[in-house]
Order: sequence, then structure tokens, then C-alpha cells
Amino acid sequence: MEFFTSLPKKWAVFYNTFANKNGYKEFLSGLKNTVIIAVLGLFIGIIIGTIIAAVKVIPPYKRLIRFAQRIGDVYVAFFRGTPIVVQLLLGYYVLFPAFGINLPILNVCVIIFGLNSGAYISEIMRGGINSVDPGQMEAGRALGLSFFSTMMLIVIPQAIKNILPTLGNEFITLIKETSVVGYVGATDVCVAFRYIGTNNYEFIVPYLVMALIYIVIVLFITMGIRIMERRMGRSDRVHN
Amino acid sequence: MTASTTNNPVLEIKNLQKNFGKLQVLKGITETIYEGEKIAVIGPSGGGKSTFLRCLNCMEDPNGGSIMFEGEDIADMHVDINQHREHIGMVFQSFNLFNNKTVLQNIMLAPVHLGCAKLKKQKRKNAMIRISAPFRSILKAIDKKHAQKYDRQPVELTTTPQQIKAEAEKTAMRLLQRIGLEEKANVYPSTLSGGQKQRIAIIRALAMNPKVMLFDEPTSALDPEMVGEVLDLIRQLGEEGMTMIIVTHEMGFAREIADRIFFISDGIISEQGTPEEFFEHPKNPRTVEFLSKVL
Repeated sequence: MEFFTSLPKKWAVFYNTFANKNGYKEFLSGLKNTVIIAVLGLFIGIIIGTIIAAVKVIPPYKRLIRFAQRIGDVYVAFFRGTPIVVQLLLGYYVLFPAFGINLPILNVCVIIFGLNSGAYISEIMRGGINSVDPGQMEAGRALGLSFFSTMMLIVIPQAIKNILPTLGNEFITLIKETSVVGYVGATDVCVAFRYIGTNNYEFIVPYLVMALIYIVIVLFITMGIRIMERRMGRSDRVHN
Repeated sequence: MTASTTNNPVLEIKNLQKNFGKLQVLKGITETIYEGEKIAVIGPSGGGKSTFLRCLNCMEDPNGGSIMFEGEDIADMHVDINQHREHIGMVFQSFNLFNNKTVLQNIMLAPVHLGCAKLKKQKRKNAMIRISAPFRSILKAIDKKHAQKYDRQPVELTTTPQQIKAEAEKTAMRLLQRIGLEEKANVYPSTLSGGQKQRIAIIRALAMNPKVMLFDEPTSALDPEMVGEVLDLIRQLGEEGMTMIIVTHEMGFAREIADRIFFISDGIISEQGTPEEFFEHPKNPRTVEFLSKVL
């Protein structure tokens, strides 16, 4: 019972830290980083994923194509086969220093998250491309468009429409996975609330609020996806 | 042969072969198709009619033989097939209109995209010619024997992307008016009936000004009451002198429109002739059997 009765007091302590002791600044910069990593990561992921998926569906007549497809396989196997924390640690402490690249931690996170989601999105996208009627590709080719043009103008837009719900899922996963960037010293929502808690060694309320914040973010994204789906569904709508 | 047929060969097919794995579907077809000719291809299912048609624009890459079109062998894998496909219209059984584009965009897409791509290529070439001009003048001074080899002028661009687009839109609207569907220009294909879709698929192919049109069972996926409107359009095209190859199960239509009928069974043209000969006096026993079943 004491747990619940002490909550108002703890809330007051939290509120004080949050509002008067720069806690909100910490939170805002954490939120900014979380959103930057997730959004840019998804963006990079979509580009990489689309390229890998498009390469994978080319009929493998040429040796170069087969080689590129194998590289894609290895890439996907690596990034799906290791946890994102391991990839972050490898990237930040091994890979980038090995090549003498000195990037701010936020950039490293964006790149690693982009590469990671690229692997997942490539598989999602491949499914999406395969879900488009092969007749669409044939019709484009029969008109004299190249494989690449038909892919870009006809097949991939339809594939993206088909996979939009799954892609939204991927974005939500990405937002939540950013909570591990604290491992390599980046500040995100998670780190910000841990910081606020450390201020008074009072963690209950900050962690509850943190959970709430993540839920709110995800609800916003869900809403955004719905709106996009509706917009992209125009070509399905029946009207005269 | 009707009056519109000439003696210029459009497609010269020699010993065309196609395998799917171990199964040989086309066993060597040799045939010449002349400008303005209308060919109906009929035969039992699994006999290779559709494969034959799809090989003509290399939708299926032939395994052997040659297809001469515009002076090049398009069965050769080294030939840029996209360039030739622009001049071979194809109409599919399942329409295959682009679902993510409106009707107008469907018709305009290929002319605009290909036109702009060609324009860009020419622009790049011109830029290269301008950049290399000093080098060429040096080479010209050194290599006096072949001086004229180094004279290259940039080609003047006659159109702009905007003009190409406007032109394509004009053509598209003209074609839509022709089939009476201009009010459907800005709707998506999912809202159209099968007959409307197929007629739009036909004018989409026409917008490229093809030299020959291939029809792969254009009416097989249609409701019976919509077959007429599509056949009417194909008939009109035929009257205008378009070279056409039509795979069809509509025997009446084949008989009415075709100059020649190919009967393809077991991977070869086992019988061919004018509609009268073919339907009245079939010679091959396989043809006789087929006709007795369908007529």
C-alpha cells in the first residue's frame, strides 16, 4: 500500500526535477536523438533495403548480378544474425576506429541503425515486390521500358503500398530499439529519464513516464501510417 | 491477302525454338509476316501459341533461331531489346494496366519516359562533344589524314520535356476520345470494367506507334457481353492497316479478320492458310480434329 500512497510525493519530486532542474532539457534532447536515429535510420534502411531487394529479384543471368545477390545475402545474414547492441559496440569501438573514422556518436548510431533496418526492410521489400502481379512488369517491359525503370515507376510503388503496414511495424520496432544506444554513450529518451531518476535516486515515476512517452510516440506513428495508407489507397478506391 | 497488305516483311522468323527446362515448346517455326497482314493464331492449349507470340517480342527469350525485326535479330541476346519493343505493341489476356497510375498516366508513361530518356542521352552526348572539342582540335592537327573523323557537331535539340509531355497527352486524349472513354482519363484502372481496361490497354500500346501489334488472347478474360467492344476496336485497327498477330479462341472473329490463320500444335505451325481454305478444307488430320471440336 505504501507504494501507492507515496506516489504523489514521488511525482512531486519528479516534477520538480523535470520542470525546475533542467530535467525537461535532458528529455527534449533525448527525444530529439531518439527521433533522429529512428527516422534517419528508417530512411537509410528503406534505401538499402530497396536496393538489396531489387537486386535479389533480377533474373540471375549475369555473373555480376549473382555476385551482388550473394553480397546481399551475407549482409542480411550478418545484420539479422547479431543483436543491435553488438552491432553498435562493434561499429563504435571496432569498425569506425579501425578505419580511422572519428564520427560523433549520434552519427554512428544513425548509420548502424540504418544498416540494421536495411537488412530487415530488404526482406520485407522482397516480399512486397513478389506480391505485385508479374503482369505489371511484363506490361512495362512490353512497352519498351527497361527492367530498372519498370521496377522504379511501377513495381516498387505498388510494393510499398502493400508493405506499408509492415514498414510501419519496422519503424515502431526501430523507435523502441533506439533505447539501447545508451550502451555506447548516446543520449536518448531512455538515458534522459535514467538521468532524471539518478538526480534523487527515485526511479519509479521517471520510468513510468518513460513508458508512457514511448507509447505516445508509437501511437502517433500508428496514426501517421493510417493517414499514409489512406492516401496511397487512392488507386483502390471505387468512384465514378 | 487484303488490299492493305504489302510485300515488306515486318517480322522474319527463322527456326524459332523455345524450351522450358527439358520440355521443348516451340520446335522450329519459320514464317514471314508482312506489313499490314493480320494473322490469327489458333490451336489447342499447351500447343505453344502463347509462347510463340511471347517470343516475338522476347518476353520469353528464344533458345534458338532468329527473329529479324527492323533489320536486327532480336532473338540475339546482345541486341538492345527495349529499343525494339517500343515498336512492338503487346496486349495481354489480363490487361495489365498499371494499377498505381491513372488511365491517362498509363497511356502517357512510356512515351514520356522514353522520350525524356532519349533527350537526356542526347544532351549528355552534346555536352561530351563540347567538352572534348579542344582535344579533338589537337588530334585533328596531329592526325591530318583522318581530319574529318574529328569533326563532330552537337545535335540541336528539337524538343523539351514539356513538349514531349504535352504531345503525349494530346495523343493520349485523342486515343481516349476514339474509344469514347475520355471522361475516364483521371480514374484508376480498378474502377473500370474488363472491356474498358482492355480497350485502354490496346490504346496504351498504340500510343507508342507500334509497327506490329501482338494480342495474347485479348478477350479470354472478359465477360461475354464485353467481348464485342474489344473485338470491334481490334477490327478497326485492322482496317486501318495495322500489322497484327492475334492469338485467339474466337473462331468467328479469326475467320472474319485474318488474312492468314496459323494452326499451332505440338510446337510447330502444323497448318496455315487463308480463312476459307483453313475452315472449309482443312488438310491436316490434327486440324480437322480440332475444328470438329470447336465449331
